[in-house]
Amino acid sequence: MIIHDFECVIGIEVHAQLKTKTKLFCSCPTTFEAGDNENTCPVCMGMPGVLPVFNKEVLNFAIKTGLALNCELDSASVFARKNYFYPDLPKGYQISQYEKPICKEGYVDIVLADGEHKRIRIERAHLEEDAGKSTHHGNYSLVNYNRSSMPLLEIVSGPDMRSPAEAAAYVKSLRSILQFIEVCDGNLEEGSMRADCNISIRKQGDTGLGTKVELKNLNSFRFIEKALTFEFERQVDAAMSGETIIQETRLYDKDKNKTYSMRSKEDAHDYRYFPEPDVLTLTFEEALVDKIKKDLPELPLATAKRFVSDYGIPEYDAVVLTQSKALALYYESAIADTKNAKAVSNWIMTELLRELNDAKKSIEESPISAKQLAKMVELVDAGTISGKMAKDVFAEMWKTSKDPEQIIDEKGMKQVSDEDALLKIIEEVKAANPKQLEEFKSGKDKLFGFFVGQCMKASKGQANPSVLNKLLKANL
Amino acid sequence: MIDKDKVLHIAKLARLHLNEQEASQYAKQLSDVLGYIDKLNQADTQGVEPMVTASPIETVYRADEPKMDLGVEEKIKNAPETSGHLIKVPPVVS
Repeated sequence: MIIHDFECVIGIEVHAQLKTKTKLFCSCPTTFEAGDNENTCPVCMGMPGVLPVFNKEVLNFAIKTGLALNCELDSASVFARKNYFYPDLPKGYQISQYEKPICKEGYVDIVLADGEHKRIRIERAHLEEDAGKSTHHGNYSLVNYNRSSMPLLEIVSGPDMRSPAEAAAYVKSLRSILQFIEVCDGNLEEGSMRADCNISIRKQGDTGLGTKVELKNLNSFRFIEKALTFEFERQVDAAMSGETIIQETRLYDKDKNKTYSMRSKEDAHDYRYFPEPDVLTLTFEEALVDKIKKDLPELPLATAKRFVSDYGIPEYDAVVLTQSKALALYYESAIADTKNAKAVSNWIMTELLRELNDAKKSIEESPISAKQLAKMVELVDAGTISGKMAKDVFAEMWKTSKDPEQIIDEKGMKQVSDEDALLKIIEEVKAANPKQLEEFKSGKDKLFGFFVGQCMKASKGQANPSVLNKLLKANL
Repeated sequence: MIDKDKVLHIAKLARLHLNEQEASQYAKQLSDVLGYIDKLNQADTQGVEPMVTASPIETVYRADEPKMDLGVEEKIKNAPETSGHLIKVPPVVS
């Protein structure tokens, strides 16, 4: 994407919350619904004299993610203290990884809407603990430490994206990978996955990097794209009018569709990192990596490729259908019951996903089961109902969760394909419209459509269109 | 060398209030300490792996099993101020 000879350069830091049962350095549960400060203990509240102890499952998840992102794994990664003062950080420092992260130098392959493939580099992925949550009330703030020390994997991409759409496609691909390997819920709205986007601009053809601005508060794919688009335009405007772009963090306001400068944290970047003396070097045996590698499930892009080769659907459809594991499973279970893989994919992509999106439901909550959708496609293919009737059946299935056959029975929607019955209708229509019949016979071909319409009407819309057409051609 | 400005900068990051005299005094003391430590730089460390920990033992892991020993009242008991079960602190964003 180019605006006035400028291109944008986007790199993204994704914080993925690993879905372990306990926190990174203590045995507190990670349940979402806990009461205020209920999921806490002296360790994650930063009481003096406590000792953090590393959660083994976090290591398994980090290795699994590193493998899925084609990363190099460091079998001796190191934790560091990142020092800053903020009430939601009870110890006054965050335990993170700095110079020696567990994963580095990987990549994610993405497929864009126009079918183009692109490889986005992963610079590193490091483990760190989350902070608590503070809310602000004028002359005081309130802090809840339930989230404190939740395990996060921060995945840092290379500055490889060149448009807001690419950025959104990358975060989507990353999310499906994390969901497929079952290490993260990937819920942007609830914050189990957070994407901070760095964007700068440069003249087309330049190779250096401009001053970057970090965008936060982007809790949906749509906002990622809109905020980056706004910010790209803002920076181009600034550059064109001779202003300097300053390095800062900006927040996205979804109501105004604007980004605004966050109060700059003074000296915020002086984190004075040093090795964390309370946590040992994170080591593991190669055998553990081998074992995890062996159990690694099929990844989204591989699943998409299989859908293309096994079911003959277009690649882009396959990428959409593999955006989550549940959706891919839904699709596969539907096509187990019908041969028409393309029709199922069309119904899911155009109707089902739209309804789910409007109703803010996940595929697991779909009122229409995969079996029911497959049955409906079968009924269309068998000529029992027309494609147009199918839309009504679909709407009814969505509303009532009833089986398509039941809906067709109840509404008397069956398509009439019986030639004798249709011929009878044709004769009635001919008898009722002698004038039009005469004109048609003397060469007014356009009237064919009129007869189709009349017959359709006489059959209450239930005539099988192709059979009707064939019969009309032979009998007018 | 740690000068007075550096001391004031670090004090600010650590939310410590120092007066001019304290800042000068600490600048000298910290410079002395670091000067002493600086002697270590004279050692030849060519080809020596950086030491991360003084206790070179294998990583200690904990099983991913939830456990909670204290009730929420107990846990927030030491907070100077609370509101419900939340901890009340001076305003962060004004």
